[in-house]
Amino acid sequence: MSTEMRVHLRRWLSFFAMAALIAIMTGPSGSNNAPVQGLTQSFAQPYSYFGLFRAQRWMIFFTFALVALGLQTLWRRSGGGVRARTAVLRQGFEAPGRRRATVLSAVVVVALVALFIPHLISNPGIQSGIVEQVLAYVILALGLNVVVGWAGLLDLGYVGFYAIGAYVTAWMTGRLPIAAPFHHPVSSFAAIPVAIVFTMLAGVILGAPTLRLRGDYLAIVTLGFGEIILVFSNNLTNVTGGSQGTNPYIPSFTFRIGGLKYLFGNVGYYFLVAGFVVVTIVLFRLLEHSRVGRAWTAIREDEVAAESIGINPLKYKVMAFAIGASVSGFAGAVTASQIGVVYPSTFSLYFSVNVLTLVIFGGMGSIVGVIFGSILVQGIAVYLRFYPPSGYQASDLYMYLGALLIMMMIYRPAGLIPSRRRRREIYQAEDGIGHEGDVLLGEQS
Amino acid sequence: MLKVTDAVVRYGAITALHGVSFEVEQGEIVTLLGANGAGKSTTLRMLSGLHAAQAGRVEFEGRDITKVKAHELSSLGIAHVPEGRRIFPQMTVEENLEMGAFTRKGSYGEDLERMYGMFPILKDRRKQLGGNLSGGEQQMLAIGRALMSQPRLILLDEPSMGLAPMIIDQIFRIIAEIRDGGTTVLVVEQNASQALRLADRGYVLENGRVVLADDADRLLVDPRVRAVYLGEEVSTEEPASSEIPSGE
Ligand SMILES: Nc1ncnc2c1ncn2[C@@H]1O[C@H](COP(=O)(O)OP(=O)(O)OP(=O)(O)O)[C@@H](O)[C@H]1O
Ligand SMILES: [Mg+2]
Repeated sequence: MSTEMRVHLRRWLSFFAMAALIAIMTGPSGSNNAPVQGLTQSFAQPYSYFGLFRAQRWMIFFTFALVALGLQTLWRRSGGGVRARTAVLRQGFEAPGRRRATVLSAVVVVALVALFIPHLISNPGIQSGIVEQVLAYVILALGLNVVVGWAGLLDLGYVGFYAIGAYVTAWMTGRLPIAAPFHHPVSSFAAIPVAIVFTMLAGVILGAPTLRLRGDYLAIVTLGFGEIILVFSNNLTNVTGGSQGTNPYIPSFTFRIGGLKYLFGNVGYYFLVAGFVVVTIVLFRLLEHSRVGRAWTAIREDEVAAESIGINPLKYKVMAFAIGASVSGFAGAVTASQIGVVYPSTFSLYFSVNVLTLVIFGGMGSIVGVIFGSILVQGIAVYLRFYPPSGYQASDLYMYLGALLIMMMIYRPAGLIPSRRRRREIYQAEDGIGHEGDVLLGEQS
Repeated sequence: MLKVTDAVVRYGAITALHGVSFEVEQGEIVTLLGANGAGKSTTLRMLSGLHAAQAGRVEFEGRDITKVKAHELSSLGIAHVPEGRRIFPQMTVEENLEMGAFTRKGSYGEDLERMYGMFPILKDRRKQLGGNLSGGEQQMLAIGRALMSQPRLILLDEPSMGLAPMIIDQIFRIIAEIRDGGTTVLVVEQNASQALRLADRGYVLENGRVVLADDADRLLVDPRVRAVYLGEEVSTEEPASSEIPSGE
């Protein structure tokens, strides 16, 4: 077989594999006693009318695969460019020898586990618990990691942006006492970009004047911001609905194409949010190695030196803050549509501290660390919620997590899977090397 | 090239500079001398935009830069090597140098090679962390990083601070080399005799005022300078290595 044919074959196969994957992801849930049932039904179940045709699910997805294949061919002809810029994403996969094997197998294992989780768990409560308590928190922690881990800023008002994202979604979909911005309430999916823009703006507005402040003052200002948002959401009853929450239910995401309609249930949300996690990882990995990422590192290590080589610290701090804010708002929007109600009681300081804990636990500045840290800690939280040991009460969780965190700080101060640079910073700071005055606040001189 | 007129800088109630004026011409090495607390670092911090002047004017190549921010200078063609060689301790030598080219567009590979030619020791240490370098190596790295922005004027704050005499000689040779390469140099020093031997002209600061301004070789033999700054030296003919750098 010629190489060209092999390339073609590979492309076809990978696209049909992807179609099959989407079929599984959007298919029905399995159950504990018959886990394969979810898989088989993903293909076999007659589904819907697709345009004029009555089609089985698999036919629909394979049609999508064909379209995607065509688009990809066009894309290839239109030239490369992307390849060079995304080189960092392939680092692990293209590295020689053992490292490549490690990265590859880790990715495969994680992907397989992630793929089968919703088919092995039939309890819908646990399924949605995994989405809102684990996956959403992975995204939240990744966003806060940009602020705390990369730019070295302590943000204790992270929850404020999450709340804004959630309320924007409620507003856009017409679930607030105040009128929706459009005549016809939009879908909650369309609310996402709006929530991102709003929270990014909120981040800039809060960040631009306050990021001149040194670490501990910034912490206080952001703390105040979070509390103000909490007070507003509780007391501005005629805007937010007050402590009763929003009403009626914010619709779940739906997806329509042709005559095809897909309503995201627990499994759908699981894979959708997992997809968002992957997108976040990819974007942040690019960001980490970009010019912006290097500027953050420089500012964190020595702000005066960074200025002397032409980096505007304020600009990059505001950027980090706004990116973190918009990620938080994004998570707020997604969660609001999944849960259906926005309650002020969610937006307490504990929320921000919770996410900060995940970042510190996982390893500040380390994408991999933050992901695994969040999955582990939040996974434990979900597990304990659904399988409480005898005598366990919900609030005991924080006691256990606190103990876990103390142990971590003693035995692995740089976190579960620390970033290489961060670990060096912490140990060097202990030895008094460098200008890093305070490891957490990243405050200089 | 650089012209400072009546610059006043205050830190709260303390006035660190009471109207300082001086000039640097293209292609010169000019040194600012003065005892501890005379206002040398303050002058450089003011020039580099890290601290604003309350009054006075700074001009660079005919352009008013009094209000220019620190991070805007490097794209104007001024590089500042701050006091205490502030390299990025957790970046490797090479990453530090690359960061120096942050504001530049296009490739800088050639300059990297030029820096390694100028500082061979940095080439040997290219993969080592900045924080693990010796003091002298760190100073070279700080200078190399500043040069990566291809400045027309470089401001050096006490490059000899806390270094052994042999390393100081090396640093001073490099400063001469920088000037020969076409970059104008303003260097702040406590190490008066050596700085004056290197420089074309010098200014002496005392309590935030310029008290002496002259050609370097004239200052070197000026009795006032000798009395105050070279007083510890028994003989001018002593080789430089006998000098003990006054640390802070
Ligand atoms: N951040 C500051 N706040 C208050 N006073 C300051 C500050 N920085 C410097 N000063 C004061 O300004 C004066 C000039 O200080 P400067 O650092 O410019 O001296 P210098 O000539 O560089 O001395 P050295 O040789 O010790 O480096 C000193 O009296 C110093 O105490
Ligand atoms: Mg000084």
